[in-house]
Amino acid sequence: MTYITKPQLHHPQLKPNALGYTRRDYEGAVSTLCAGCGHDSISSAIIQACYELDLPPHRVAKLSGIGCSSKTPDYFLGNSHGFNTVHGRMPSVLTGANLANRDLIYLGVSGDGDSASIGLGQFAHSIRRGVNMLYIVENNGVYGLTKGQFSATSDKGSKSKKGVINHDAGIDLVSLALQMGATFVARSFSGDKNQLVPLIKAALSHKGAAFIDCISPCVQFNNHAGSTKSYDYVREHNEAVNRMDLVPARTPITIDYAPGETVPVAQHDGSILHLHKLAEHYDPSDRVGALAYLQARQALGEIVTGLLFLDPEARDLHENLGTVDVPLNSLGERELSPGAAALARINASLR
Amino acid sequence: MPLEALNDFVVKFANVNGSGSASANSMFAKAILRMGVPVAARNIFPSNIQGLPTWFEVRVTEAGHLGRRGGVDLMVAMNPQTWDRDVAEIEPGGYLFYDSTKPLPPSKFRDDVTVVGVPLTAMCNAAYQIPRERQLFKNIIYVGALAALLDIEMGVIEQLLGEQFAGKDRLIAANVAALHMGRDYVAQNLSPLRLRVRRADRVGDRIFVEGNAAAALGAVYGGATVCAWYPITPSTSLAEAFTSYCEDLRTDPETGKARYAIVQAEDEIASIGVVVGAGWNGARAFTATSGPGVSLMTEFIGLSYFAEIPAVIFDVQRGGPSTGMPTRTQQADLLAAAYAGHGDTKHPLLLPADPGECFEMGAQAFDLADRLQTTVFVMLDLDIGMNEWLTQPFEWDDARALDRGKVMTYDDLEAGRDFGRYLEVDGDGIPYRTYPGTHPTKGGYFTRGTSRNPYARYSEEGAVYVGNMERLLRKFDTARRLVPGPIARNATRATRDGVIYFGSSTPAVHEALGSLEHAGLHLDALRVRGFPFADEIFDFIAAHDRVFVIEQNRDAQLRTLLINEGEIDPSRLTAVLHYDGTPITARFITDAVTRLMSERRPMPEAAE
Repeated sequence: MTYITKPQLHHPQLKPNALGYTRRDYEGAVSTLCAGCGHDSISSAIIQACYELDLPPHRVAKLSGIGCSSKTPDYFLGNSHGFNTVHGRMPSVLTGANLANRDLIYLGVSGDGDSASIGLGQFAHSIRRGVNMLYIVENNGVYGLTKGQFSATSDKGSKSKKGVINHDAGIDLVSLALQMGATFVARSFSGDKNQLVPLIKAALSHKGAAFIDCISPCVQFNNHAGSTKSYDYVREHNEAVNRMDLVPARTPITIDYAPGETVPVAQHDGSILHLHKLAEHYDPSDRVGALAYLQARQALGEIVTGLLFLDPEARDLHENLGTVDVPLNSLGERELSPGAAALARINASLR
Repeated sequence: MPLEALNDFVVKFANVNGSGSASANSMFAKAILRMGVPVAARNIFPSNIQGLPTWFEVRVTEAGHLGRRGGVDLMVAMNPQTWDRDVAEIEPGGYLFYDSTKPLPPSKFRDDVTVVGVPLTAMCNAAYQIPRERQLFKNIIYVGALAALLDIEMGVIEQLLGEQFAGKDRLIAANVAALHMGRDYVAQNLSPLRLRVRRADRVGDRIFVEGNAAAALGAVYGGATVCAWYPITPSTSLAEAFTSYCEDLRTDPETGKARYAIVQAEDEIASIGVVVGAGWNGARAFTATSGPGVSLMTEFIGLSYFAEIPAVIFDVQRGGPSTGMPTRTQQADLLAAAYAGHGDTKHPLLLPADPGECFEMGAQAFDLADRLQTTVFVMLDLDIGMNEWLTQPFEWDDARALDRGKVMTYDDLEAGRDFGRYLEVDGDGIPYRTYPGTHPTKGGYFTRGTSRNPYARYSEEGAVYVGNMERLLRKFDTARRLVPGPIARNATRATRDGVIYFGSSTPAVHEALGSLEHAGLHLDALRVRGFPFADEIFDFIAAHDRVFVIEQNRDAQLRTLLINEGEIDPSRLTAVLHYDGTPITARFITDAVTRLMSERRPMPEAAE
């Protein structure tokens, strides 16, 4: 990926967060994506969310695969370690990184080609293992780097820039994530920052496998009439089931008990989600109901967005494996080597 | 004349897979071992659950030859399907033990073989009602009968049964009764054979263990905390042994929590992906696989090479190509492992020759991977990995520290040390790295498989790329000094002939060298233990007119690697190749080297 550093100049009146970092401290290099690319909006939302959550930037590990979306971790959190892995295989690398050090915050960034085609298996398995991460798919329904081929999330019947009709069924990653056991599932739109930033904040605060499918129009190859991933199409067919705010644990928590339409949800880390219902009867704690709702609306050509499912009591992979509380990469000889005496006992058992 | 031997013969059991014979046959071998007589045991089994032929060979060897000799002195023929070939394999003067319940025509026997019949099926049918019991106890009955025929101490077998079924007194009693049934039949109806086992003191403090278990234990002692694997024969038992050892040895005594994480991944690609992610983040991580798994992992191995991330792969080799012979042994992944990846890649290989070295190299691999920041392969094979070998006891120095390699800490960064992830600093080609999360503003970098400059910034500049690739070569040269060096074994007489070999061929080669010496053919020998090759290996080749390279694959992969890496004249290296899937025998090596040497010049005897 190309690399253009940003000038270091800061506006002197940039407001610092609780850690003393300004929003600029959460930025990365200058993007080399096309002007207007939805992915840049998502990067911006990530920056905003991390800034508002007062996350230490260097404690975030950002991992990606290959593709336009996977280039984006270079464009935010410049002081974080990043890992641009191989095509479709980010989930396994993130899983290993997470096993090595449970204390970092893991952000996996992927694309629809990366996650729904070559990496479909790794996507599904990382979700079902409950890896503590935020997995974002920047979903534009097209291969941008190789100039406009359909991806596996392209809707059946949608049209390419060259006018070709897609005859294959599209893979709905949100439904898949629900089926695979993700404990935080959301969909959003890169053009709706008001919805996306709180979702990212909540997902980063969630302990377990959090997944956000973010429709992100490709201005170069998939922003035309006939596309179901264009700015216009998504704006016209977006059906938000809820809006939310997140009050971080370190902020004094006051809960607004507005009757009927606002639901407070306590997170593992003490933060509170304020979930404002928009769709009547939609229950984000009902996995089966969420699937049914998604499919019913999808049949009507609607794109359901918002927090679609949440299990606030989720367990993560480390809990399932029963690992020690300290990072495995911090263990020393004393904790790792059973010693010569234990070996002597093993030798004796083998005679 | 029937063969006569004391503590020096080969017994082979021909069974049907799934008949429950494995534990009985293994107990037979261990009983002899407990009598202080070394044994070399080999399980030759099909890729199948039940019904197909399986063999278990036990070499009783007071002289301590731990490879296969070749030939069979006593065949325990329990599989009608393979009867003819099993009988044909018996040495002249040898013995045939069989179930004599049903009469067989004389054509099914050999005149030069002593036949020992025991009506096993009839005995079982009379003693047991349940079909499965009839099958399982038949195995114990023949062990009892063989013990009486060969003079194996009954008390030793009873003790083994007691250990095997500890806490299950009813099973112990039933098995001892079956054992005695076989013993008593022989006492009343047959005479002992001229093959005998007599208590000796030739085992010492050696242990009897599978290479996979030894390697897994090495991983525990080497500080591995993350294991990701996908089941594949013959490597599966390595991951399973690691799990078992970790449960025993790596559980925090205060909290009961695990100081390790083991993931059975969805495939080999994910396995190595997890390893690469953990290695990137500062944990010691490994996977265990076999040739087909290495193929799938190749893209990640290339990433590990170029992005310089530590990883350890235990490759337990089996018969290829493709699915080949998945439950048979070969040394046929050497080239695939050494050069795994696209573009120009090279990876260090460790080549253990027995379970003792599997333990040592299993631990050492993690130091090397961290030191070199690359994938390190430990190349076992099915023969070492899945067979129990007599080997030196495992040793560990409690003062030994884990070598984490060049890792820059928070304090290093605070002190102002210049950090360039791919910067040559010490002249050894190995750069410094930082673990993610080390410092708020320093030491962060982007890891990628694309070309970059010494400060990890993406770069397509030709000179930058070449500089990086040259540094990787320097690093590989550093590895040459870090991997285990070769071990020489000189002939008793000055010679211009030599042999090079490695891994599981070792005991058979050593025995063959003794036989060849006895026949007047003297060869210096060099056992290769690591790749990249040490200078001594090329010096050895240069010092000899002809060098035989003994290995267990069709295409002479070690020879190819030597020629390629040392720019050796191919005519100087003569391949001796064994690749039928069974472990190489001393007899095969002796015959092959003798023939090849006679082709070059008259045999010494003929010249006199």
